[in-house]
Amino acid sequence: MTTSNTSAVDYNFDVVRQFTVMTVIWGIVGTLVGVLIAGQLIWPALNFDTPWLTYSRLRPLHTNAVIFAFGTSALFASSYYIVQRTCQTRLFGGKLAAFTFWGWQAVIVAAVITLPLGYTSTKEYAELEWPIDILIAVVWICYAIVFFGTLIKRKVSHIYVANWFFGAFILVIAVLHIGNSMAIPISAMKSYSIYSGAIDAMMQWWYGHNAVGFLLTAGFLGMMYYFVPKQAERPVYSYRLSIVHFWALISLYIWAGPHHLHYTALPDWVQTVGMTMSIVLFLPSWGGMINGIMTLSGAWHKLRTDPILRFLIVSLSFYGMSTFEGPMMAIKSVNALSHYTDWTIGHVHSGALGWVAMISIGAMYHLIPVLFNQGRMFSIRLINVHFWLHTSGVVLYIVAMWISGVMQGLMWRAVNSDGTLTYSFVESLTASYPFYFMRFIGGILVVAGFILMAYNMFKTIYAKDGSLKPIEAE
Amino acid sequence: MDYGTLRGLVALLILALFVIIVIWSYSKKRSAAFDDIANSIFEEDELNKQTKQSHIDTNNKQETNNV
Repeated sequence: MTTSNTSAVDYNFDVVRQFTVMTVIWGIVGTLVGVLIAGQLIWPALNFDTPWLTYSRLRPLHTNAVIFAFGTSALFASSYYIVQRTCQTRLFGGKLAAFTFWGWQAVIVAAVITLPLGYTSTKEYAELEWPIDILIAVVWICYAIVFFGTLIKRKVSHIYVANWFFGAFILVIAVLHIGNSMAIPISAMKSYSIYSGAIDAMMQWWYGHNAVGFLLTAGFLGMMYYFVPKQAERPVYSYRLSIVHFWALISLYIWAGPHHLHYTALPDWVQTVGMTMSIVLFLPSWGGMINGIMTLSGAWHKLRTDPILRFLIVSLSFYGMSTFEGPMMAIKSVNALSHYTDWTIGHVHSGALGWVAMISIGAMYHLIPVLFNQGRMFSIRLINVHFWLHTSGVVLYIVAMWISGVMQGLMWRAVNSDGTLTYSFVESLTASYPFYFMRFIGGILVVAGFILMAYNMFKTIYAKDGSLKPIEAE
Repeated sequence: MDYGTLRGLVALLILALFVIIVIWSYSKKRSAAFDDIANSIFEEDELNKQTKQSHIDTNNKQETNNV
């Protein structure tokens, strides 16, 4: 194994800094829009009778903002940082890295403008219209060139496991996005998918579930395999397990999409394949979770004093929880109860707010001082406050949606002895209101946490270089 | 060979590949190399500590570039 003198490496941290700051900004924007639409479900008047603020237009804005603005910015930042540090070389491609930053921000701004105006391809998590889709593809291919180019010119013999996960994420998202977005434009902002009927549905959920599998899972696992060992100051529990984890995860995830289409026009055998693969997927998911959490074995006491480590480890607990819940919900008979109810929304948010957001927040708190020449964040106390705000927000949110979802499922399927439905749809909606309010409160706690984070971040950035000294243990 | 048989064989081939990956990664011979890789993310910090001791009184973390 070769090592080089680190001070000789001129890392490109500018682009990492830019993506890091935007991660926090988009985190606030995305969750704030989420809180607004959560409010609209309780008080419909919050759309102020304008078409631009209707639920149907803001909901895709919320999902795009949290997944592609917040989550993907966090992935750009951490992958560019980790690939440079673990390969001990500067990013490949010169100005191309800067282009991926500005290009990606342009995509997000385009989404913020076009979605409220009502331009949509109607494909879930792929609503943006064709000119923006082309921009996404161009930026993504440049991202792949920068990332894989850096891997090729690495100064060490091995490729650290985090980079394998990032590599799979970048490659598969390119394939998914280009495959699913194939469309025939009929005007500047309107196109029709080249797929039709059940094939369109299958393509859509092949894309949709693998966006979960490769963007929201593999990408963030890359983050996990670097920042958890770094913050815990000990190597990953089992490097061998991480290799098996990688190959098992990527070879299974790609088949799980059909579980979004149980009891539809999709052929029965495809539904069964999707269900089976989703259940098997439980094994690599938990293998990875155990690998992350066990990295802390022998150093559990660090959780008492280090709120950043707490973010990282609790995110893994949420990951374990939602990857147990997911396979269970993919079973057809369970899906018959859960599908189309709030249970699905609860599941998604335990993954998104619990796993994705918490691992990103932990990683950003680790990164910000390193990137801006400080020994630590401006306030460790505020990180702790953020941790508790975020955790209680997520728990409130998930519990509310579980109760509401199971209740809806049971009410919708209840029949009288003569075969008529026991409850009307509106009755189930009225019964959900208290839980919608609970969710709204949970969302506010999450946004409050993000605002604290932004304050803490800017105080760290604007502090005099090196003025924040690390707190020595013991 | 019909399409179904071919797909069955491909599935078996992939399963075999996976088993090989598991055996390879858990072989005793690879153990030390994997430990080194797992520890490689700390190499820079070690170097930094050494350089920090030799260069007295540097406020900035060595691994980052000053803007």
